[in-house]
Amino acid sequence: MALDDRKLNATEERLAAMTVPDVGCTKTARQSALARVRAMGLPARRDEYWKFTRPDTLVQPEAPKAAVFASDEAWVFDAIDRLKIVFVDGVFNADLSDDLTLEGVEIDRLEDVCCQDNHWAEDFYGTLEANSHDPVERPLAALNTAFAGDGVTIRVTGKPSKPISLIYTHESETSDVFLHHVVRVESGAEATILENGPAAARFNKCFEIDIADGGTLHHIRAQGRDHERRAAAHMFARLGKESVYKSFTLTVNGVLTRNETVIELTGDDAVAHVAGACLGDGDFHHDDTVFITHDAVNCESRQVFKKVLRNGATGVFQGKILVKPGAQKTDGYQISQSLLLDDDSQFLAKPELEIYADDVACSHGSTSGAIDEDALFYLRARGVPKDIATDLLTLAFLAEAVDEIENEEIADEINGRLEGWLERRRG
Amino acid sequence: MLEIKNLKVKLEEEDKQILKGVDLTVEAGKVHAIMGPNGSGKSTLSYVLSGRDGYEVTEGSATLEGEDLLELEPEERAALGLFLAFQYPVEIPGVGNMTFLRTAVNAQRKARGQEEMSAAEFLKVIRAKAKTLKIDADMLKRPVNVGFSGGEKKRNEILQMAMLEPKMCILDETDSGLDVDAMKLVSEGVNALRDAGRGFLVITHYQRLLDHIKPDVVHIMADGRIVKTGGPELALEVEQNGYADILSEVA
Ligand SMILES: Nc1ncnc2c1ncn2[C@@H]1O[C@H](COP(=O)(O)OP(=O)(O)O)[C@@H](O)[C@H]1O
Ligand SMILES: [Mg+2]
Repeated sequence: MALDDRKLNATEERLAAMTVPDVGCTKTARQSALARVRAMGLPARRDEYWKFTRPDTLVQPEAPKAAVFASDEAWVFDAIDRLKIVFVDGVFNADLSDDLTLEGVEIDRLEDVCCQDNHWAEDFYGTLEANSHDPVERPLAALNTAFAGDGVTIRVTGKPSKPISLIYTHESETSDVFLHHVVRVESGAEATILENGPAAARFNKCFEIDIADGGTLHHIRAQGRDHERRAAAHMFARLGKESVYKSFTLTVNGVLTRNETVIELTGDDAVAHVAGACLGDGDFHHDDTVFITHDAVNCESRQVFKKVLRNGATGVFQGKILVKPGAQKTDGYQISQSLLLDDDSQFLAKPELEIYADDVACSHGSTSGAIDEDALFYLRARGVPKDIATDLLTLAFLAEAVDEIENEEIADEINGRLEGWLERRRG
Repeated sequence: MLEIKNLKVKLEEEDKQILKGVDLTVEAGKVHAIMGPNGSGKSTLSYVLSGRDGYEVTEGSATLEGEDLLELEPEERAALGLFLAFQYPVEIPGVGNMTFLRTAVNAQRKARGQEEMSAAEFLKVIRAKAKTLKIDADMLKRPVNVGFSGGEKKRNEILQMAMLEPKMCILDETDSGLDVDAMKLVSEGVNALRDAGRGFLVITHYQRLLDHIKPDVVHIMADGRIVKTGGPELALEVEQNGYADILSEVA
């Protein structure tokens, strides 16, 4: 289908401003990704998949300026023993990073993949993204595959003793960053990946995750700090037999965040949990777009998304469970809820189920509501001041999502963030 | 302790008068009971005293040790020492019972300018008090009232009262939904708190509870007013003859 002129122009205008990095062995993948971008065109306002979120600022050639947030608040996960991999405005910084050797995992910088013969990531780079455009197109992810300037490859072969922590700091007000990471969890291996930091004024990030039979990956990210940052993130995961993928995302601040999660359960008995908690205040737009495909027997998927919105903040949830023919005994659960702390804030949700197998149990629900007045009065009648009571109920509302984090230390860290955020706004 | 004068209350949303001039004084060290048919305004009185939204006081006053209650936020009333054991305790998913109680105890202490209770001290005190009410560790950990039986919810109310050590306790139908054993536990919990410095207002539909918590004064409430006041014998009269006789007598 030919693109309309406006879309074509917007796409070409953006592409004209960029050059494909010369990373030899990913060249083919990048060229075909570029061809995909040209064929699909970059997202436009009238696209159905962008009905609730305006893509303009993610597409336009220049990244809108974003002030660097000055705060003496410690960075999230600082208290956790982890292997640190630091990117400053999207460029790997060896001085700030730890030595990348850790038992049970092989970590390489994307550009070094080509220095090795037959690096595992060579043929994998871009494949999950390339497969993700049917039935909905994800051109910003293809754009990422074509233009990613940096990233790491992580191959988990055992059970590394500590989390691998990707930290994205931001020093430039105009940085426009593309990072692309690829992960393979080998059979029976298990690891935890952490991500945090604003990364850039405008951040386009792509994660391709391949989990082999019996592999397990925990993935926890915290998107926060900078108020003016914009981000479009794609998380692609393909799960083999009896494998497990559990992700949790905390989002606070940020004028625009679009998190797309695309998961394919391709082996029997696989488990995928995707959870998100977000706190939005004022000029804040957060979009969780999730697409989970069940293509094997007896798999479980669970989506838990909770959003607290106030002072005119907007939350979006588009979540789909697709159960393919033959994917019997599928257990699919999806809940998306918002807590609206005032009338100016809004939550837009589009939950979808599409099922082509007969022996499945899928449920979904979406709600939007205010603080429970009865609970609030009960707390106040026991002497808890209104603002603290409201915060307690807010944390309680988010708890179902935070509970998806298995590691207690990490969950505490996330709860600490939530509490701190609420407390600062209490004044 | 608690002084209510000519209290008239209507619903905020509708033109419906519920309390039509209530006069009542509860002295320190005394237990007053309010009995009355359903819909007479007993719960409304307890809500208005504790500061729930949705009611408009059109006339009259209510003070606790001379402080005007009606001007205060619910949490300020609680910090002054007012406690309401709810007829229908609220379930709060996601908030642990223990966290809730510790937040409440320390918020009240802070409001009164007292030092906060440490986690260790709090744990020690609550364990001991929970034990006498047969509340196990699991119930303390669970979210507030979620999945509690009727009796467990009421025992949890009494535990909160024991932890907060209020000056003026209002118990709204704490006996409803209790079996004989639970009734005994709850009454013992209440009786243990009886003290020369503390007042009680026990709202109940039945005489049963008053066998365990012996009142000094019994009031009968009907159609938004206290229509009769007497000693414990008044409760027995209600038990034997129902409300009809008393109501026709005062009509
Ligand atoms: N929020 C409310 N909305 C409508 N009617 C109410 C409300 N609160 C109380 N009422 C009415 O006020 C009257 C007194 O109720 P209540 O105080 O619960 O009585 P009691 O506790 O003595 O049974 C009843 O007729 C009840 O229906
Ligand atoms: Mg009542």
